[in-house]
Amino acid sequence: MPDTSSHKAMTSRSSERFGKWLVSAPPLVYLLFFFAIPALIMVLASFRTPGEFGGLSPLVEDGKLDLNLDSYVRFFTESVYAQIFVKSVWYALLTTLFCLLLAYPLAALIARSPKKYRDLLLLLVILPFWSNFLIRVYAWMIILGPNAAMARAANGVLSWFGHEPVPLLFSSFAVLVCLVYVHLPFMVLPLYANLEKHDQALLDAAQDLGANGWQRFWRITFPLSLPGVYAGAALVFIPALGIFAIPDILGGPEDSLIGNVIKQQFLETRDWPFGSVLSIVLTVAALVLAGLAAWVGRSQLGTRSSGALSRA
Amino acid sequence: MALLEIQNVSRRFGDFTAVDQVSIAIEAGEFFTLLGPSGCGKTTLLRMIAGFDLPDEGRILLSGEDLADRPPEQRPVRTVFQSYALFPHMTVEGNIAFPLQMSKTPAAEVPAKVQAAIEDVRLIGFGKRYPHELSGGQKQRVAIGRALVTHPTVLLLDEPLAALDAKLREEMQIELINLQKEVGITFVYVTHDQTEALALSHRIAVMNKGRVEQLDQPSKIYSFPTSRFVADFIGKCNLLEGPVTASGNGVVSIDAEGLGPVRVATGVAVAAGKSGAIALRPEKIRVAASTLNAEPDRGPEEKPDGRSDTEPDNHFRGTVTDYLYLGDVTVYIVSTPQGCKLETLLANSGAGRTKFFEVGDAVEVSWSVDAGHFIS
Repeated sequence: MPDTSSHKAMTSRSSERFGKWLVSAPPLVYLLFFFAIPALIMVLASFRTPGEFGGLSPLVEDGKLDLNLDSYVRFFTESVYAQIFVKSVWYALLTTLFCLLLAYPLAALIARSPKKYRDLLLLLVILPFWSNFLIRVYAWMIILGPNAAMARAANGVLSWFGHEPVPLLFSSFAVLVCLVYVHLPFMVLPLYANLEKHDQALLDAAQDLGANGWQRFWRITFPLSLPGVYAGAALVFIPALGIFAIPDILGGPEDSLIGNVIKQQFLETRDWPFGSVLSIVLTVAALVLAGLAAWVGRSQLGTRSSGALSRA
Repeated sequence: MALLEIQNVSRRFGDFTAVDQVSIAIEAGEFFTLLGPSGCGKTTLLRMIAGFDLPDEGRILLSGEDLADRPPEQRPVRTVFQSYALFPHMTVEGNIAFPLQMSKTPAAEVPAKVQAAIEDVRLIGFGKRYPHELSGGQKQRVAIGRALVTHPTVLLLDEPLAALDAKLREEMQIELINLQKEVGITFVYVTHDQTEALALSHRIAVMNKGRVEQLDQPSKIYSFPTSRFVADFIGKCNLLEGPVTASGNGVVSIDAEGLGPVRVATGVAVAAGKSGAIALRPEKIRVAASTLNAEPDRGPEEKPDGRSDTEPDNHFRGTVTDYLYLGDVTVYIVSTPQGCKLETLLANSGAGRTKFFEVGDAVEVSWSVDAGHFIS
C-alpha cells in the first residue's frame, strides 16, 4: 500500500512539473526567438563593420573574423551623441516629473471618489488607448497648429506684452506636452492602485494626533504611496527615453532624441553597427537607472514594504 | 464642573438617530465606559468627542469650552483606534514621536519623551521595530503610548481590546487599569463587552438605541439594573415578569409567569396591578436536591440587613433540563412545571466535584427576597 501511494505521489509530482513546463514553454519560446536571439544579433552587429551600401559587411573576410570596437569608439568620441543622450534623459525626466505632478491628484481623486464611479473614471483614464498612438500624436498637430485656438490665445497674450509670436508646433514644448499626454495613464494606474488601498484610519489617527491636512499628506499618504510613485516613474521614464515618433512628428530640428538617432542609423544612414551601439547604450542606461531606482526604493522602504499599504 | 460635558447631544444619519439626546458629565481622572450593543451610538458619540463627527444638536464641552469649532487635530483629546492605526512606515519610536512632532515639541526633548512613553507601555527594546514586526498586544501598547505621549486631557479608546485573544485581553485590562491610575488621564472607553466594562470602569453608561439607559458604578449597574435592557445586557439574568399583586413594607409581590408569586425587596413604591419584572442573577439562586418530604426546610437564616429575617425565601420546585459545564462553574437550567426556565449557577469549588445534578433531576430552587431586583 505505501508503495502505490508514494508512486501515485511521484507521478502526480512529475505530471505537475510537466504541466508547468507546458504552460511556460510558449512564452519562453516566444521570448527566445523574438527577444533573446535578436538582442544577441544586435550585440554582435555592434562589433561589426558597416557595409559599403548600408547594412553589414561580411562577418568573415579573407578568412579573418571582422569584429572591432569602431562604433563604440565613435559614440564615446563624438560628443554630439552623448549630448543627444543627455537631452533624451532630460526629456524623459521632465516627462516623468510632469506626469507625476498631474497624475497624483487625479489618482487620489479617483481613489477617494465613491466606489460606483471609480471604474468609470478609470475607464476614462485608459480610454485614449482605444485609438491609435500615431493618430493621437497627429491630433496634437491640429491642437497646437498655428491657426488653432491654443496658439492664437498664447500669441495673443504674448503680443500684449509686445512679444513676437511663437510657433507652438515643431518645438520642444510640443514634444514635451505630447510625451506627458501619452504617458499620463501609465503614471495614473499604478498610483491609483496604490492609493486605493490606503487605510482611512491612518489619516484619522494622524489627524487625531495633531496633524493638519498638509502634514497628513507629507507624513502619511505620500510616503506610503512611494511604491506606486516608483512603479509609475519606471513605466513612464523607460518608454519616454526611447521614444522617436513624437519628436519626429511634433518636434523641430533641435528636438531629435536618441530614439530618432537610432531610427536614422538603421533606416536612413544605414549604419547598422552604430545603430546597434546606440540601442545597447540606451538599453543599458535604462536598466541601470531602473535598477538604481528599485534599489533606492527598496533601501528606503526597507522592512516597511510588507503590509505597508493597508491592513485590508 | 465636570471635565467633559456632553449636553443633550443628538446625531442623525438620514432617518436613523444614532445618538439621541445624550447628556453625560465625565469627571477628571475618571475611567468612564460607554457600553452597549453594536449600533447603540457609542462609537458615534466617541467620534463626536474626538471631532471626526459633529453633533446635530447639543454641545460637547471640555474644561468648559465648547469643542464645536475645533477640528480633531486641535482638540486635546487622543484616540486609540480599534484597528490601532499604527503608521506602517514608521518604527515604534517614529509612531510615538509623531504627535510630539505635530505639537512642535522641541526636537531635543522628543527622544526622552518617546523613551518615557515606551517605558510607560512596557515596550523597552522594541523602539526600532516596525508595526508589522509586533504582536497584537504590542501594537496595542504602541497605540496607547502614542496617544498618551503628549499628555492629552482625555484619552478615547474605541474597543481597543476587541482584536486580542481572551487571555491577552485580561492582561491588558489589568494594565489599562494600572496605566490609567499612573497617568491620571481621563479615559473614555467604548466597548460592547460587559465584563470588560465592569472590570475596568469607575462608571458606566449603558447605551441602547442612541440613548443612555443607565449611568452608574459597575456594581450598581450589575446589582440594580433600572431597565429590562440593562438587566438583560449586563451579565446573565433571569427576568421574572408578571403583574404586581401586593406591595408594601418594602416588599413587592408579583405573579411571575410560569412560576407563581415571587417576592422581592425594593425601595420603590408600586401600585398593585401594574406589570413589573424581577431581575434575578443566576448566582443568587440556591439549588438543592429535592427532598422527598413535601415540606421544604425553611429554617431561620442569617441575613445581613436583619429586615429579611421575617421574610420567607422564595421557594420553587423544578427539574434540571440542561446544564453547561464551564470549568469554574456549571450552569443548570431548571424548569418549573409551569414552564418557567431559570438559569442557575453553581461553583465547582469542591475537589473532584464537577456535577451536582444530572438532566432530569428534581431540584428545589430558592432565593431570598433581597436577591432579586425589582424593575417597574
